Amino acid sequence: MRRSRRVRALVALALGAVLALAGCGAGGRPDSGSGGGGQSEGSTVGITADSIKVGSHFPLTGVAAPGYSEIPTGTKAYFDWVNAHGGVNGRKIDYVFRDDAYNPTQTSQVVNELVLQDQVFAILGGLGTPTHGAVVDFLNTEGVPDLFVSSGSLLWDQPQKHPMTFGWQPDYEVEAKILADHVAKTFPQARVGLFLQNDDVGTDAERGIRRYLDKQIVAVERYTPGNTDIGPQMSALQAANADLVIGFNVPSYTALTQLQGQKLNYKPQWVYSNIGADPVLVGSLLGRFSQGQVTDNALLNGIITDEYLPRADNPADPWTAQFDAIWKAHGDGGALSNFRIFGMSQGYAFVQAMLAAGPNPTRQGLVEAIEKGGTQFQGPWAAPYRFTADKHSGMSGVKVVQVTGQTTKALTPVRTTSNGDAPIQDETAGETPVPPNGIPTNPGA
Amino acid sequence: MATPVRPTEKAGSAPRSGREPGRWAGLAARLRPRATFARHALLALVALVVVVLLLELTGPFRNSQFATMSYYAIAAAGLTVLTGLNGQISLGHGALMAVGAYTAGLLLPAGIPLLVVLVIAAGVTAVVGVIVGAAASRLKGPYLAGATLAFAVAVPGLAIHFDEALGGEQGLAVPSPRAPEWFADAVYFLSANETSSAKYLAYVGWTVAIVAFLLLANLAASRIGRIWRAVRDDEVAAELAGIRLSPVRVLAFTVSAACAGLAGGVLGVVVRLAAPTGFTIVLSISLLTAVVLGGLGSLFGAVLGSALLVFLPPAVTNLGASAGLSDVQSAQLAPFVYGAVLILVILLAPGGVVGTVRARWHARTTAPAEAPEERTGRS
Repeated sequence: MRRSRRVRALVALALGAVLALAGCGAGGRPDSGSGGGGQSEGSTVGITADSIKVGSHFPLTGVAAPGYSEIPTGTKAYFDWVNAHGGVNGRKIDYVFRDDAYNPTQTSQVVNELVLQDQVFAILGGLGTPTHGAVVDFLNTEGVPDLFVSSGSLLWDQPQKHPMTFGWQPDYEVEAKILADHVAKTFPQARVGLFLQNDDVGTDAERGIRRYLDKQIVAVERYTPGNTDIGPQMSALQAANADLVIGFNVPSYTALTQLQGQKLNYKPQWVYSNIGADPVLVGSLLGRFSQGQVTDNALLNGIITDEYLPRADNPADPWTAQFDAIWKAHGDGGALSNFRIFGMSQGYAFVQAMLAAGPNPTRQGLVEAIEKGGTQFQGPWAAPYRFTADKHSGMSGVKVVQVTGQTTKALTPVRTTSNGDAPIQDETAGETPVPPNGIPTNPGA
Repeated sequence: MATPVRPTEKAGSAPRSGREPGRWAGLAARLRPRATFARHALLALVALVVVVLLLELTGPFRNSQFATMSYYAIAAAGLTVLTGLNGQISLGHGALMAVGAYTAGLLLPAGIPLLVVLVIAAGVTAVVGVIVGAAASRLKGPYLAGATLAFAVAVPGLAIHFDEALGGEQGLAVPSPRAPEWFADAVYFLSANETSSAKYLAYVGWTVAIVAFLLLANLAASRIGRIWRAVRDDEVAAELAGIRLSPVRVLAFTVSAACAGLAGGVLGVVVRLAAPTGFTIVLSISLLTAVVLGGLGSLFGAVLGSALLVFLPPAVTNLGASAGLSDVQSAQLAPFVYGAVLILVILLAPGGVVGTVRARWHARTTAPAEAPEERTGRS
């Protein structure tokens, strides 16, 4: 008896709670109007009469932080400089970047925070293939412009699926094609080995390399990021008598291949992709991995790589001089590095895109302006973008260089191409002059 | 949800002894179901109402944080049962979550409904748990930690090795299901709010969490739970009582693994990606810290610990930024504060939040002659 009374009382309580909740609610949808809202063409979230809010995600802590964490400091210094010179059409740029520790789970959390809480207008230069890959769907469903992703993956060029996403740096396939073409012409007798990261970097690169060097390749070795024992791969390259090795790998593996080569007395001509060849970072890694036995980056002398941005160690370049002035005015006191120039160049590209979007930019308007005028945008980068309505790939080319001592010398002019069987051409436009104060003017005007 | 797993069965009636029950206390006592399941089910119902209120009263960003918290809570609950009740330590739960997330990533594109996928993810991970648990049942203490650590390091490598099927370094995209029409209508009926995808995922995550908590709480209060505790407290005594240690340990590990797999499945759809970099050893260790901070062995402690995991780092970062630190410095502040909090808790309140509060409560309400019970966290 008592039991059933108790149950009845409980049911009454539960019903009461549900009713109370329902009382707060609407009880049903109004018949008319499908709603939707929010993501319509004219979205101006994050933008006011005097400000633009921009967000990004970078590894600021953890294993990927050295080097990469400097990129957003460069972008911030550049935006501070632009703000000090009046902003973009009178709007000051408010730049927020958050730490994802190169962990996709955290990227998804911080990008949620940037988009839903901070209400940014756009995401600029989010770094990393797995990390940014976790948020690209979300950004496109929310209708947030996802500009200039800091990764050479081909994933960002899917305008049908991801209309808001744009790449930035030359993708790995383009880079591989230009490097391989140079090798085929300069070293026609070379026995070529490949040293590839076992993911999309390696796959995209191999596709590009095989277009020019298919017959010369004698060995293809792959490594898994995280496994630092590359002895077997290096021995296999040596056993195949490869006298020229093309490496598409991250900086730590450039250092590892050099040290392992020294151990095996195996000294082929090395060709590294741009991502693996920052001399300052590789030099410091060489010191760390060899426990102090290698103290400078002399091992890197003579290696071939490519460039698409001004170098920090080349003050004769007017762009570097301009960036140096900006960094001295708004930087955090550290040295100007290639990573900071990378970040500043992305800041420059963003300001240029905002100017192209006109005096009253909307999210959709920004994307349209890049699709319409993107191939004409000029700046510190060596080769033009490939942005159109059908293609969202970034820069189209690089120049091949050789490391000599502390700096590099050019082996080819800037060369451009695209994915697939697009031919390789010399870029004729020459270096873009630095605009007054290093701030772009409206490219359409 | 809020069912602390009690170290002893009689704790429930102790506080009222010797006092005249008030009118409301009498009513509460009369309403309180005597059957364990009914009591837990009532708490689950209350938890559900709290979840609905929280999700409807907060914005989309908080919704997404609650979604994140739900999968940490499920995994931490599984771990707290394993460590707090059965006395086994696991540094491999991050890898078990990976198994669940990858299972979800492989099955969802085939058009299988989300709930079925989550159940399969839990099942597949439970099978992995049987294998790992069988190996682990022969190990103890640091050796068990070492074995599960090796498992945590090895599993993300599998995803890179089988990159054709599992997407390699860049990961496996997990399609994020949209809220079904009836669900969005029901939410609108209740609160006049539209259902964003973050909110839907938070509802899915917390519904799954509440069901998992209900089952765990009942299991912990049952004969099996008592056997687990017996094995934890004294192996020799348990064996003398006729308990075979190995199968008991394997069962605890399997149940815990199933929770981790369920959590991994929810993580997959919330993050929309299963990638090796998301399941590093850091994830396993965060789960363990969540369990320790909240209070070892307590399901409610697991919820508190996972809330800390989700809400503390952004709060500290924003605090640092508003205090004038640069963005990089305030980002570096978050792991520092987290570490400091962990050290302080271990030094000052080794029972975690729940353990400390419970010890205080007992010290206050128990007659001075009776020694306060403080057994949580002892293994």
